[in-house]
Amino acid sequence: MRQTMKKTIITVVGTDTVGIIAKVCTYLADNKVNVEDISQTIIQGYFNMMMIVDTSKSPKQVGEMVTDLEAIGDEMGLKIRCQHEDIFTRMHRI
Amino acid sequence: MKIFLPECTEFEDFLMINIFEVHETNTMIEQEKLDVRTITMGISLLDCGDSNLDTLNQNIYDKITHVAKNLVSVGRDIEREYGIPIVNKRISVTPIALIGGRACSSPEDFVTIAQTLERAAKTTQVNFLGGYSALVSKGMTPADEHLIRSIPQALASTERVCSSVNIGSTRTGINMDAVKLMGEIVKETAVATKDNSSMGCAKLVIFCNAPDDNPFMAGAFHGVTEGDTVIHVGVSGPGVVKHALEGVRGENFEVLCETVKKTAFKVTRAGQLVAKEASERLGVPFGIVDLSLAPTPSVGDSVAEILEEMGLESVGAPGSTAALALLNDQVKKGGVMASSFVGGLSGAFLPVSEDQGMIDAVNRGALTIEKLEAMTCVCSVGLDMIAIPGTTSAATISGIIADEAAIGMINQKTTAVRLIPVIGKDVGDTVEFGGLLGHAPIQRVNTFSCEAFINRGGRIPAPIHSFKN
Repeated sequence: MRQTMKKTIITVVGTDTVGIIAKVCTYLADNKVNVEDISQTIIQGYFNMMMIVDTSKSPKQVGEMVTDLEAIGDEMGLKIRCQHEDIFTRMHRI
Repeated sequence: MKIFLPECTEFEDFLMINIFEVHETNTMIEQEKLDVRTITMGISLLDCGDSNLDTLNQNIYDKITHVAKNLVSVGRDIEREYGIPIVNKRISVTPIALIGGRACSSPEDFVTIAQTLERAAKTTQVNFLGGYSALVSKGMTPADEHLIRSIPQALASTERVCSSVNIGSTRTGINMDAVKLMGEIVKETAVATKDNSSMGCAKLVIFCNAPDDNPFMAGAFHGVTEGDTVIHVGVSGPGVVKHALEGVRGENFEVLCETVKKTAFKVTRAGQLVAKEASERLGVPFGIVDLSLAPTPSVGDSVAEILEEMGLESVGAPGSTAALALLNDQVKKGGVMASSFVGGLSGAFLPVSEDQGMIDAVNRGALTIEKLEAMTCVCSVGLDMIAIPGTTSAATISGIIADEAAIGMINQKTTAVRLIPVIGKDVGDTVEFGGLLGHAPIQRVNTFSCEAFINRGGRIPAPIHSFKN
């Protein structure tokens, strides 16, 4: 149960191109993943986007999404990562 | 989408992870080589004992392959889902000298257990299995001695089995008979594996004050004080610390120490997370997080570079011991806050062949064995992965072991020796071990004899615990 409550963070890093968000969001919608927050910024000249998503209703495991999103990233020449939120909260919050 | 009032912004921001924090973590992983160095499953073999050697071997194989069957796959899942590399998945077992005593009446009998461990390591797909060990800090049983005498053959006929021998402690003093024997065993192991750069010695550690819960190889074993199975995690991250220190060049020591501490906190939290997750998924209790800064041969993952970033022209220069002392202490201070249980070796490692900065320092003549010995007084874990001339005598190796053990015994800390007398090579040559074990220049050893000292036999008594000076 605790497993399914966890949020997942998706990050996209690379050169800004048309349709990045559309493509990622289409994939997420297809897999019943709810987007809870999106933010984006430019860090050291690179486009950085972060999404906080809830995967608890998705039929897919996080591990599978990691692979799928990596493939989408490769197609578009971007680095797309999908990670459990804990790795960030544990590191940056006491 | 989250909707909140302006006055809530600060609170929301505090809870919600932000894009810069995510970026920082991912930069640590991708560019600064942050990783979890090892998930090590400790497995007790105390219930495998039998007086029949074949039954004993079967029991050992069955137990290891049963309890660790999911270790590697679970490690890979966690790695994937959290996006943090877990470099090694390993197993440590109860010191085999305690397990094999009833069934083994010769060193050759013990070698069969080493081969069983090798098979179990291959089946479970772990890259190293530690615990081919004996604890002889005060005396040796016949089983201990058989195991020790079997080490050269055991390490020559296996790839993944690691061996360690504890020859002293602050409570018991130093077993000098064992020290003498280990000098000879290191030499014999070098000869037995001479066709492979004397690689056997890279899998053999001689300890003083060996910890029961060390997840790092080659010295890992599952102590008798541990439960049936346990998960220990070893973190790493020299590159992350070095990068953080680049941001505080020229600042005073307070700033320097705060920076190391904060970085160590973050690194350890990642380790603690992985440890808890692995423990839950495997159904095995969580043991400890080992806070050691463990370098690898790749550039930017070096403890030496951290010391140089602090302001030393080269590691080995005057100031190196002080720099290392503060690094080690701050890593612990940051780390203990981040983990509920800290243990193992927990300190900065100085394995020469596994740290490009150390190799460079030796090559430029800045770092000698004597300076390394001084540095081990303030950090774990000892004279580690140092290649020495193949002609070095067994007595001299025993002398180096005794010196290092004395530092551990007197200072109530773990020290260890992992020397590789490379047969056929001398000062000026380089030896290549490959992979995480790296490569090393052969270092000069003081050639004045200590043979008469080593040949005395007996024990050095335990030190006095008062009048600290």
